[in-house]
Amino acid sequence: MSSPVPLASKAPAPLAAPVPVAHPGPAARKPLVSALREAAAAALIALIVAVPLVGFETVQVSSGLELRTRWTWVAIAVACVFVGRLLLTLLMQHSRRQPQTRRTAGPIARTFRDSARWLGPIAVLGALVLPLMPFSDRYILDISILVLTYIMLGWGLNIVVGLAGLLDLGYVAFYAVGAYSYALLALHFDLSFWISLPLAGMFAATFGMLLGFPVLRLRGDYLAIVTLGFGEMIRVILINWYKLTNGPNGLSGIPRPSFFGLPFAAAPVSDGGQTFSGFFNIAYSPMHRVIFLYYLILALALLTNLFTLRIRKLPIGRAWEGLREDEIACRSLGINPTNTKLTAFAIGAMFAGFAGSFFATRQGFVSPESFTFIESAIILAIVVLGGMGSQLGVVIAAIVLIGGPELVRQLEDFRMLAFGGLMVLIMIWRPRGLLAFREPTIRLLRAAAAPPGNQRG
Amino acid sequence: MEYFLQQLINGLTLGAIYGLIAIGYTMVYGIIGMINFAHGEVYMIGAFISLITFLLLGALGITWLPLALLIVLISAMFFTAVYGWTLERIAYRPLRGSPRLTALISAIGMSIFLQNYVQILQGARVKSLPPVLPGGFTLMGHESFAVQISYLQIGIMLLTVTLMAAFSLLISRTPMGRAQRACEQDMKMAALVGIDVDRTISTTFVIGAALAAVAGMMVTLYYGVIDFYIGFLAGIKAFTAAVLGGIGSLPGAMLGGVLIGLIEVFWSAYFTIEYKDVAAFSILVLVLIFRPTGLLGRPEAEKV
Repeated sequence: MSSPVPLASKAPAPLAAPVPVAHPGPAARKPLVSALREAAAAALIALIVAVPLVGFETVQVSSGLELRTRWTWVAIAVACVFVGRLLLTLLMQHSRRQPQTRRTAGPIARTFRDSARWLGPIAVLGALVLPLMPFSDRYILDISILVLTYIMLGWGLNIVVGLAGLLDLGYVAFYAVGAYSYALLALHFDLSFWISLPLAGMFAATFGMLLGFPVLRLRGDYLAIVTLGFGEMIRVILINWYKLTNGPNGLSGIPRPSFFGLPFAAAPVSDGGQTFSGFFNIAYSPMHRVIFLYYLILALALLTNLFTLRIRKLPIGRAWEGLREDEIACRSLGINPTNTKLTAFAIGAMFAGFAGSFFATRQGFVSPESFTFIESAIILAIVVLGGMGSQLGVVIAAIVLIGGPELVRQLEDFRMLAFGGLMVLIMIWRPRGLLAFREPTIRLLRAAAAPPGNQRG
Repeated sequence: MEYFLQQLINGLTLGAIYGLIAIGYTMVYGIIGMINFAHGEVYMIGAFISLITFLLLGALGITWLPLALLIVLISAMFFTAVYGWTLERIAYRPLRGSPRLTALISAIGMSIFLQNYVQILQGARVKSLPPVLPGGFTLMGHESFAVQISYLQIGIMLLTVTLMAAFSLLISRTPMGRAQRACEQDMKMAALVGIDVDRTISTTFVIGAALAAVAGMMVTLYYGVIDFYIGFLAGIKAFTAAVLGGIGSLPGAMLGGVLIGLIEVFWSAYFTIEYKDVAAFSILVLVLIFRPTGLLGRPEAEKV
């Protein structure tokens, strides 16, 4: 199945021909034959892979499990693989003739980099006017709120993963801490959203520090697995601590947000109270709340973005990026790696906490089920697919990964299948992310005079 | 005392299963420095293939147990190994030489994909298999409490020990094992002396998947219930085991697996069953803080 072309290129090149020759070997002479052979090999593998799991189906009947066969499915799968592989090989043979410059910033990334100066403001403007558009109904706004939540989480995680280079697989834990903090504060202490929001962020940041302090001395992969374990632990605790979290049933009846004290309701909640529609003297519509939530999350997300853009220019932001590139060099320059990483971790956790309290107030209900590992994986995927450290990339990746599957909701079963497949395909297609460019925030000497627009991502 | 002994037997059985999965993690990590996140899913697929083979054999009327078990073992190992090979070929090989995070994301994507693949094809409901190999020995008779070791537990431990011995020989004595160790030390140098690195990495995935398939078969027989989601938690715990033992070290993986199995079983037996996963992870965090290279791992010098 392995294509002969890359193998040939790995063989020691003859000294006489150091220039890349089109491609030598039999593959070049008989492209169709070799492509067919490869497709047949792929189809054989597909047959072996498909027979046990596609060919047989376990069905529960009254006497136990029973097997049913689905040979047509196997035949279809094998045929698809054969045709797909054939087309792919022919396509690759064709495109390999042209020289490639994939390792550097691709043409897409370059276009985006050049246009980042105006693309960012346009995107913000578009997001601002979206609820006022005639086509935006409740459905569109709900999806937009979801996408914006993930954009915010992605930007928050981008501080940890993209800037500081710390691989965090348990980001959802802080999201959960934020959501539960808000829910408990609002339910037990009757605090309003605007007071709970910073408190929830602070709780999440504290958790980030508590977790980060012992583990941030570890190297990348260990950190990943400890954060993953921590994320799972938080979930297990949320499920089992009945007294506080009501276990798997979750907390319900979380107060909905109000417009600075004015509830979104048809009639006043208490005597002499006001409502949003009554105060502004407009007809009541359930859309008001959705639009308010939309602007709320948009503001929170933009705050995250602005914060990141600004902090990159502060010494601490530069220290993060320095640590990502070379920890030893940073240490010898007098930067305390643990403390610097800890700030990144805590700040990232704080934004997750903000997003979590938004999530809680939007849903009115939180349960451990919303905070599984899959969520962490999705957020991390958004960051990495977008091109680490790229703010605009996060937006695009979030739209593709969250909005895309959401639009094909009717294919419920295949949604996550497509999601996983998409993650693999995008990574293979663009290993450095969709918008893979990382301009140094600071340059030496002459280059320091370069236009500041490059710093935007 | 009897209770303790019984838990020890249960813990060792569970540990053997974790250890077999952990080997796949530790080998892949050792050779390409990547967390093969989809390895838990490979184990789950192994469990499903064993289940399907069992049902198929039952339908064909092959009920002589040793033969049936042997066929299931071989079929699960073979088909799962092909899955492992395909996984590496599709999701990891094109990414060789890319940033580490890229391969990790690809692995996570593959893990999500495989989970949903099995869910769609085999249904989301829990599959249960009636006990295939009942019975066992009573070690310490007592009126109120008897320590029992089932034939299945003996079988699992024996099979694990046999596989481990065979596997150690494979790594230490054969040319294939030598190539594997060479790639682990220095991939570029190994390629220069004529080792086919791509093939060696593929072999690593195939062996890891085959061992995970054995673990999957054991779980199918031992617990009798599987579903499409078993791979996630087992995968995390097996990875924890690999890190605990020192990632990259094969005896370490086995030791870590047994330790995690014992911790889990004893925690559930003496404390609370709800927090058994928390216990395993807490131990991991403690080990990493005080001995970051794991129990049997060699300390890695930081190069400038």
